[in-house]
Amino acid sequence: MLPDELTDPERDIPGREHPVRAEEDLLAARHAVRATAVAAGFSIIDQTKIVTAASELVRNAYIHGGGGTMTIAVVRDGRGRVGLGLSVRDEGPGIADVEQAMADGFSTGAGLGHGLGGTKRLVDEFTIDTTPGRGTTVAIVRWKP
Amino acid sequence: MSAGLPILRLGDILISGLLSDLDDTTALRFTDELTTRIADEGIRGVILDISQLEIIDSFVARVLMQLAATGRLLGARMVVAGMRPAVAITLSELGLRLTGVQTALNAEQAMELLGWRRPEEAPHAS
Repeated sequence: MLPDELTDPERDIPGREHPVRAEEDLLAARHAVRATAVAAGFSIIDQTKIVTAASELVRNAYIHGGGGTMTIAVVRDGRGRVGLGLSVRDEGPGIADVEQAMADGFSTGAGLGHGLGGTKRLVDEFTIDTTPGRGTTVAIVRWKP
Repeated sequence: MSAGLPILRLGDILISGLLSDLDDTTALRFTDELTTRIADEGIRGVILDISQLEIIDSFVARVLMQLAATGRLLGARMVVAGMRPAVAITLSELGLRLTGVQTALNAEQAMELLGWRRPEEAPHAS
């Protein structure tokens, strides 16, 4: 079942913001993404992919970006496809070499270095906007088939 | 400090499981606790039920791989049991292979991998 606001395609769906400032925020962010994916009618496999992608991004923002904000939105395109959009923003040091950061096996932190490259494979759209010294914003969308 | 997750012992095998809301601190404490017990109690096998885990991201994957590797160095074989199909699909798409982590469909198959055999069914008294 779709949430009420989706029944009106003309209406903008405001994104909901979630802080990513403390370790418990990582869990809360995952829960919020799961709840939105369930409400939007994603399959269990798609829910798992979206929540996993979200977990990678918020952990990156928390560990590398010194904390940030996650915004969740249910979006739709011109063809009426419904998707779940996420944007995770931090004001951390930014990423000097995005290409390198996207490569599997690259890690400066606690993960396995599959975070960004792997996240991209889990979603349909992936954009990264980063400025050294200013921060990083990663935006992803997964469309419902 | 304990992670607060139950760790059962059956002979020289430890059995435990991870919960859906696994946070990073709990995961690391659990690793320490399990490793200490493997060494202190001469444990030969560990079964870790992960059927409650709703996602495995690169952090949890690293925790599982380190646990398996550390256990192996201490002479214990770790088997991870009960991964959800959606988690398995997502993990392989992420490019995570859980290198060195042995897996089983469920806890019973994990026990069999560790050499445990189900006793022959007792004949029914008639």
